[in-house]
Amino acid sequence: MDKIKFATVWLAGCSGCHMSFLDLDEFLIDLAGLVDVVFSPVGTDLKEYPEGVDVCLVEGAIANEENLELALEIRRKTKTLISFGDCAVTANVPAMRNMMGNKTAEPVLERGYIELADENPHFPNAPGIVPELLDRVLPVHEVIPIDIFMPGCPPSADRIRATLEPLLQGKTPEMVGREMIKFG
Amino acid sequence: MAVNTLTIDGKEIAIEAGKTILDAAKEAGVPIPTLCHMEGVHDVGACRLCIVEAEGTPKLLPACVTAAAEGMVIHTQTEKLQNYRRMTVELIFAEGNHVCSICVANGNCELQDVAVEVGMDHSRFSYRFPDRGCDLSHSQFGIDHNRCIMCTRCVRVCDEVEGAHVWDVGSRGPDCFIVAGLDQPWGEVDACTSCGKCVDACPTGAIFHQGETTGEKEGDRGKMAFLTTAREKQQWTR
Ligand code: SF4
Ligand code: SF4
Ligand code: SF4
Ligand code: FES
Repeated sequence: MDKIKFATVWLAGCSGCHMSFLDLDEFLIDLAGLVDVVFSPVGTDLKEYPEGVDVCLVEGAIANEENLELALEIRRKTKTLISFGDCAVTANVPAMRNMMGNKTAEPVLERGYIELADENPHFPNAPGIVPELLDRVLPVHEVIPIDIFMPGCPPSADRIRATLEPLLQGKTPEMVGREMIKFG
Repeated sequence: MAVNTLTIDGKEIAIEAGKTILDAAKEAGVPIPTLCHMEGVHDVGACRLCIVEAEGTPKLLPACVTAAAEGMVIHTQTEKLQNYRRMTVELIFAEGNHVCSICVANGNCELQDVAVEVGMDHSRFSYRFPDRGCDLSHSQFGIDHNRCIMCTRCVRVCDEVEGAHVWDVGSRGPDCFIVAGLDQPWGEVDACTSCGKCVDACPTGAIFHQGETTGEKEGDRGKMAFLTTAREKQQWTR
């Protein structure tokens, strides 16, 4: 049997979910025997998301144009998409700027790059290189359909393993109970 | 003593007249999820988590404020109810700003508990992200309106158990919020005795002890029932 094509993607998150993934410790070695890691910020050095991915963990909310484009692309090219962690599932901390209303990009940049700058205050401006912030931050499933939700900030390594193991055997994990779906 | 006999999930149960369906379910050992209900204060039917189905009526009944009547046939776990309960919890999450990862109640929150209980792994409703504040004017406690689910347990406990009536509900609809005194900063309300009962009563991280860290917060849902029976029946231990 061909190895499962496995990917992980990092949108607007703190990378904590990926760190928790690395907490899988020796299971990572078993995993490496079962999957081909075809795209991942912690596992490959590839810039292009490939075709025909079987399983992908998506960390982070949709906060800028690049997140949005990548989300649409991974949905086109992936069989099973897993919303990985509270930022992906609820938009979590990145979405706290939404409390400022419907147009939050500008005040956020203003605060970060002008008000808090020690010297040389200016907006980052490199069209086509620095992606524009969206007005509001969204959970991933509000942009693309998601197959499995794995809440947690971050989900524990145990939860990640309990989600991946059935998938590797072609089964659907049961996301029920405190161990699998508690937020936070 | 007048008694009513009814069936809950197939179990026959006899209960004193005037008691609610929730009381009867408890008596029968049938668990029904609740949020706004708290032993020791009166029920208001605010959260609608305790809905049940009664044969012969198309309406879903809130078990905590519906009297158990003779001959009722009640179902508490139908697919329809489970579906609506999950929606209710999703709506509560979508309605406020529940960022659990930075909440003092994370891991010790009744809203999280019911989310797990109803199997909620995400919300199908868009989050509203209302602009709400925090009041830290009290010397010992604080209220974070972002985490308030309007269960009014604090309002009832302060009024009915402590007798201070510091809390009330202000405004309407999606704008309603918990007010201290006449919508004053909590710290300026003379009626507050700083007893901390509202802190114990709050099911979420909305009312908390200042300086408390996540994990230290422990809700004590049974305390109010203890205090009322202690007063009424002179039982001072639990
Ligand atoms: S869910 Fe938590 S750990 Fe994961 S990316 Fe978001 S903030 Fe970081
Ligand atoms: S009150 Fe409960 S549900 Fe709300 S943010 Fe805090 S832990 Fe999460
Ligand atoms: S502050 Fe707490 S106890 Fe009071 S209504 Fe809000 S959630 Fe309920
Ligand atoms: S517990 Fe009955 S409506 Fe809240």
